[in-house]
Amino acid sequence: MKVLVAVKRVIDYNVKIRVKADNTGVETANVKMSMNPFDEIAVEEAIRMKEKGQATEIIAFSAGPAQCQETIRTALAMGADRGVLVQTDAELQPLAVAKLMKAVVDKEQPGLVIVGKQAIDDDSNQTGQMLAALLGWSQGTFANKLNVADGSAELKREVDGGLENIKIKLPAVITTDLRLNEPRYASLPNIMKAKKKPIEVLAPDTLGVDIAPRLKVLKVEEPPKRKSGIKVKTVAELVDKLKNEAGVI
Amino acid sequence: MAVLVVAAHDGKTVRSNVANAVTAASQMGPEVHVLVAGSNAGEAAKSAAAIQGVAKVLDAEDTAYANWLAEDVAPLVVKLAPNYSHIVMAADSVGKNIAPRVAALLDVAQVSEAIQVVSPDTFVRPIYAGNAMATVQTADKIKVVTVRPTNFKAAATGGSAPIEQIGGTGAGGLASYVGAELSKSERPELTSAKIVVSGGRGLASGENFKMLEALADKLGAGLGASRAAVDAGYVPNDYQVGQTGKVVAPDLYIAIGISGAIQHLAGMKDSKTIVAINKDEEAPIFQVADYGIVGDLFQIVPELTAAVEKK
Repeated sequence: MKVLVAVKRVIDYNVKIRVKADNTGVETANVKMSMNPFDEIAVEEAIRMKEKGQATEIIAFSAGPAQCQETIRTALAMGADRGVLVQTDAELQPLAVAKLMKAVVDKEQPGLVIVGKQAIDDDSNQTGQMLAALLGWSQGTFANKLNVADGSAELKREVDGGLENIKIKLPAVITTDLRLNEPRYASLPNIMKAKKKPIEVLAPDTLGVDIAPRLKVLKVEEPPKRKSGIKVKTVAELVDKLKNEAGVI
Repeated sequence: MAVLVVAAHDGKTVRSNVANAVTAASQMGPEVHVLVAGSNAGEAAKSAAAIQGVAKVLDAEDTAYANWLAEDVAPLVVKLAPNYSHIVMAADSVGKNIAPRVAALLDVAQVSEAIQVVSPDTFVRPIYAGNAMATVQTADKIKVVTVRPTNFKAAATGGSAPIEQIGGTGAGGLASYVGAELSKSERPELTSAKIVVSGGRGLASGENFKMLEALADKLGAGLGASRAAVDAGYVPNDYQVGQTGKVVAPDLYIAIGISGAIQHLAGMKDSKTIVAINKDEEAPIFQVADYGIVGDLFQIVPELTAAVEKK
C-alpha cells in the first residue's frame, strides 16, 4: 500500500512572529521556516508503517513556492521515498490544498493519506477533513494511536473528554495529534541519500484545480496586549489580592 | 435567511458551548435554528429548545448519528444547508471534525475558530497561536463557521422553541464507533470552569498533580495542564490547554510550574486574572500574569490551598 503524507512549510515554531506594519499579513522574509510539526508526526507514522511492512512506498506531498522542495527533502531524509510538489506562489487556502491533494491522490492511488491535524501558521484544522470529503473517504482525525490491518484502520482519537476508539474503512485520511509518535531526526547519511530521491514538480492548472482563495484577508493585526502584572512575595499577599483587588475568589 | 447551529450533545442535554454558539449565530442572521442529530436525542433537543434566541430545533433521529461520526452526520448537514445562510458549530473536537467535511462537500471555505462576528460575512480569527488576529471575509453563499465558545457569552435558558422531527440520512458504512476512554472527573469541565488550576513540567510527576487536585477542589476549579505535562504522561490528553488543545478563559487561571511557551499562552491568555507560580523568575508566564510568585511550588501550593476558603 502506498501512503501519501502532506508536509507544509511554515514559520518555525520557535520564532516569535511579527505582524507586518501595513497589516497585510505576517512577516515571512528572513524568517526561519520548518516543516509543520504535526506533519513531521505524519511522516514518522508513515515511516513506521513501512518499517512494519504495511506501507510499500511513501510519497511526500507539498504545495506552495519552490522552497517547499526543502520541506519535502526533510521528509525524504526522514525516510519518505519520493516527493510531489505543486508549485505556486499564489496564496493557498485549505480547500484549494485539499483539491490539489485530491488530484494527486487520483493519480497516485494511495491506500492511506496522513496529514497533520493543523498547521501552526493559519491554525485552520481543515485540510484532512476536506480531502476526505472530496474523496468520499473515511476520516480518522486527531489520531493518538493508529493500527492498520486488512482494509481497515483502528484508531484512538484525542477528543474533548479523553480518547475515542473508532474503526474506519480504507482508503482513509488520517490527521495526526501530538501523542501519535515522536518524530525521528534525519541522520547525516540519510540527508545525503535524500538529495538523490526524486521530486516531481506540478502546476495547479495542469491538475485542473481552481486555487483561487475563497476567504479574503482584510487585515492582520497584533492581538491586544495584556498589561504586565506584579510579583507578590507571600501567599498571604496573593490571597489578599485575589480576594480584594481582582475579586475572583 | 436563518442560521443553523449544529449541536453536539450527550443524549440528555446539548453541550454547554451550544449556548455560546447560539449567541455567535444570532450575530450572523435574523433567526437561529439548532440541529440536534442523534439516536434517541429527544431530551437533548428539548434542552436546545430552551436556549433563548433559538427559533426552531430540528431533531434528526437516526441510529447512524449515535456517536457523531463525521462521515454520517456531514451528509445530513449538507442536505439541510441550502435553507441556511450559515452553518455554525462550536470549535470543539466535534465541530473541528465535522465542519470542514461539510464545507468541502458544499464546495465552500470554512472560517475556523471565529472569535468575533464583524458582520454576517466578516469574522476575526486568531492565527499563529493567537499572536496575530486576521479579519477575513467570505463570499461563499453558505458560510461554514466554527466559533470559539469562550469569546461569546452563553445565551440564557428559558426559551421554548418548537421542535420539528426530521428524518435521517442513514449510515454510509465508512466508519464505526468502537468505544471511548473518557477521563472521569467530578470537577467542572475545563472550558466552562470559572477557575482553572493548571500544572506543567515543574510538577515533575503525575503523583504530584494530587497537590493541584487538592487546590482545585477547594476552589471548585477545573484542572488543566501544559503540553509538557501531558506528553510526560502526568495527566491525560484532555487536560491540555493551548494552541492545539483546549482554549479556556476563566475568571481565574492559576499556572503552576508552567514556563509559558507561546503555544500554551494561546490557550489561556484571555483569562480575566492570571496567577503564575514558578521558580524561574525569567519564565515567560510572568509576562502575562497579573500576579506572580517566584518560588518553590511544592511549598507555595500547599500553603495556598490552606489559605483559601472552601467554595
